Amino acid sequence: MQTFIDLLSYQFFQNALAAAFVASILSGFIGTYIVSRRMVFVTDGITHSSFGGLGIAYFFGLNPFLGAVLFGVGTALGIEWMSRKGNIREDSAIAILWAVGMATGIVFVFLTPGYTPNLMSFLFGNILNVTKLDIVILSSLAIAVASFFMLFYRVVLLTAHDPEFASASGVPVNAFRYVLMILIALTVVFSIKIAGIILVMSIFTIPQIIASVFTRNFGTIIPLSMLFAFLGLTGGLISSYFADFPSGASIILALVVLWGLLKGFTWMIRWRKQPAKT
Amino acid sequence: MNPLIKLTDIEAGYDDQLILRNVNLEVHAGDFVGVIGPNGGGKTTLLRIMLGLIQPLKGTVTYPGLTNGIKSIGYLPQSNLLDARFPIRVTDVVLSGLTGSRPFFGRISKADKQKADELLDMVGLKTYANQLLGELSGGQKQRALLCRAIINDPQLLFLDEPNTYVDKTFEGELYQLLADMNKHMAIVLVSHDIGTISSVVKTLACVNGSLHYHSSNKVTDDLLKIYNCPVELITHGTVPHRVLKQHS
Repeated sequence: MQTFIDLLSYQFFQNALAAAFVASILSGFIGTYIVSRRMVFVTDGITHSSFGGLGIAYFFGLNPFLGAVLFGVGTALGIEWMSRKGNIREDSAIAILWAVGMATGIVFVFLTPGYTPNLMSFLFGNILNVTKLDIVILSSLAIAVASFFMLFYRVVLLTAHDPEFASASGVPVNAFRYVLMILIALTVVFSIKIAGIILVMSIFTIPQIIASVFTRNFGTIIPLSMLFAFLGLTGGLISSYFADFPSGASIILALVVLWGLLKGFTWMIRWRKQPAKT
Repeated sequence: MNPLIKLTDIEAGYDDQLILRNVNLEVHAGDFVGVIGPNGGGKTTLLRIMLGLIQPLKGTVTYPGLTNGIKSIGYLPQSNLLDARFPIRVTDVVLSGLTGSRPFFGRISKADKQKADELLDMVGLKTYANQLLGELSGGQKQRALLCRAIINDPQLLFLDEPNTYVDKTFEGELYQLLADMNKHMAIVLVSHDIGTISSVVKTLACVNGSLHYHSSNKVTDDLLKIYNCPVELITHGTVPHRVLKQHS
């Protein structure tokens, strides 16, 4: 117990807790939209393609996140545009941009002279390395996302559920979809530091899957998934510190364990409620 | 009086394929138009043009008689086109019919919720208000979507195959409901079922590449020639009955 209290006094752990809190808010809004619209594959495409920008930025000695953000947002808009205008199926558009991004990233990392130690933290993430600047960026993004969802909650819900009806009602559906794609891209790319390119999507899907154990209503999934995301993120980072595991993997495993426990718990309650067979 | 919607010399299609040509149509307050036609004849394209979802290649669509332009339109799409697993409650579906008229800071008031409850009660879905839309049967979904279409008190209501999935018990009630609603709003009903449609609408528009407007609801041989499709034909009499075309 004393060790845990000591841990709370460390700056890096306070930063990690703050990042977990802000990422949970983002997960609640963005993740619920992604899962409800069945866009998990789209978002994974955005995350992986951002590796291209990261590699280019590394090669030119720029801030890797700048490159990742540009590639992520470009991919998000590219997927939306190609599938709407380019006569290309959405999954094919994702496959192309995902592969191009990863291939570009690998080539530029290969061309970069010397060893690139931080690259592993981009692939696998480390919430314990989050800086104050990262928290400021994530918090600003969370304020923007939360404001957007609160102001336009009904529009977001309708455009996600029935875009054709929304269009016929005079809602500028395409504009809303592009804005949401940009917010998704910014959210997943800035969350890469927490769980890495390979695992970051889990923060925006598993909490929603856990919330779905209790509710299947869009408006209730948002706050519940925020709660489960925070429990998973803090559980993961604490276990990562004490067990010396990579934090990204610990977070995902903590979320899965939480889902397993709650699912098992609800099964047990339902089983006990069943009338005994005579 | 200005027509609610006016289509002038419309040509429409996709890629190189022309689906509709030389289409002219006006819908006025109090009208109840049945749009019929064979599969591929252009019914859906015509509906999408009237709703502003696609632009015609030639011609114009205007809404001179609608107070709030396209926002004064109600629309009932086919429910099977929606994701059945989307996490949305029936009551939220109905309330989403208000989104177009107040998207910014559009709070839902107690009066809105009460109206949604009343509409759900009217179509027999009051007890399903808090259930997920995906948990309802096809006919129940259609009824919930009808509530969404009319919660905004539209001047013009478009219905796309409204009797699909609706069971026979509710079908009669649905048509009675539409007749009542027609006192307050014009209705355009798209259906492939010429038999059923002719008994509820006031006029018919037959779409098969071009549009043939028939200013009564009686199905004639001329109309069937244009319809160009083996269909059941309803005749009007004291007892509703069907006369099927002779085998050739």
